Amino acid sequence: MAFTLYSLLQAALLIVNAIAVLHEERFLRHVGWGSDQGIGGFGEEPGIKAQITNLIRSVRTVMRVPLIAVNSITIVLLLLFG
Amino acid sequence: KRRVPAAAPRMADPHPLFDDTSAAGSGGAHRGYGAPPPAASSSSSSSSSSLYPPPAGFLSEPVSSLAVAYGSSLAAFNLLPQLDRFIPVGRLKYYFAVDTVYVGRKLGLLIFPFLHQDWQVRYQQDAPVAPRFDVNAPDLYIPVMAFITYILVAGLALGTQNRFSPDSLGLQASSALAWLILEVLAVLLSLYLVTVNTDLT
Repeated sequence: MAFTLYSLLQAALLIVNAIAVLHEERFLRHVGWGSDQGIGGFGEEPGIKAQITNLIRSVRTVMRVPLIAVNSITIVLLLLFG
Repeated sequence: KRRVPAAAPRMADPHPLFDDTSAAGSGGAHRGYGAPPPAASSSSSSSSSSLYPPPAGFLSEPVSSLAVAYGSSLAAFNLLPQLDRFIPVGRLKYYFAVDTVYVGRKLGLLIFPFLHQDWQVRYQQDAPVAPRFDVNAPDLYIPVMAFITYILVAGLALGTQNRFSPDSLGLQASSALAWLILEVLAVLLSLYLVTVNTDLT
């Protein structure tokens, strides 16, 4: 049960990396989660699939540049301190 | 809940140490952490025996001096006005404006919510009423106390199994904090996915 704050940070970094790696064209379109695949009209309430699709797209857009920095720092730290 | 016996060691501990450092002069708080407890353990047996009889050798353990030093450093830190930039202290005070009746009723609601009829939070000029006056109002006192109680009871459970050490207490605390953060994030993610917009301010 030694689930520390550090392991939470590691898990969060890995999950955000995983979301950022999902390619729009090669993968999400085939599953049906592409960002241009009919997310619903303007007035109706978006369903869960539309929310997830929006979340994936926004995470990829927002976190691309900070992820480069955080990943580089993590690589350097892991190389130095193991 | 075990709040009363868990609160007693924390309450009986600082009094002899605060009396001791004020008598010893201004440098008492800044000396090493090993210095106050041996001087205080002799005075504690005389002064605090009337209040609570502490177990033998309680104040000579490093964890108690660590706890007192941490508490006094926290008290000194929170009085600085620079803290107001990071944490809105005024808004936080609303969540701690509780009294005993409210805590009792809220705990009863948490355990048995089936007979409660009116779940609406009462408002007063566009802001929710303080938790002292409304059982439905949210508060932060019960979660903070539950967290601290969990850490203390975990330490007690480890102690009865002879697996206790002061580092394990810190490990339990950070582990519980990590699970708490994960739970809050999971709730926020679920609320976002089903498009429920909450506004608790």
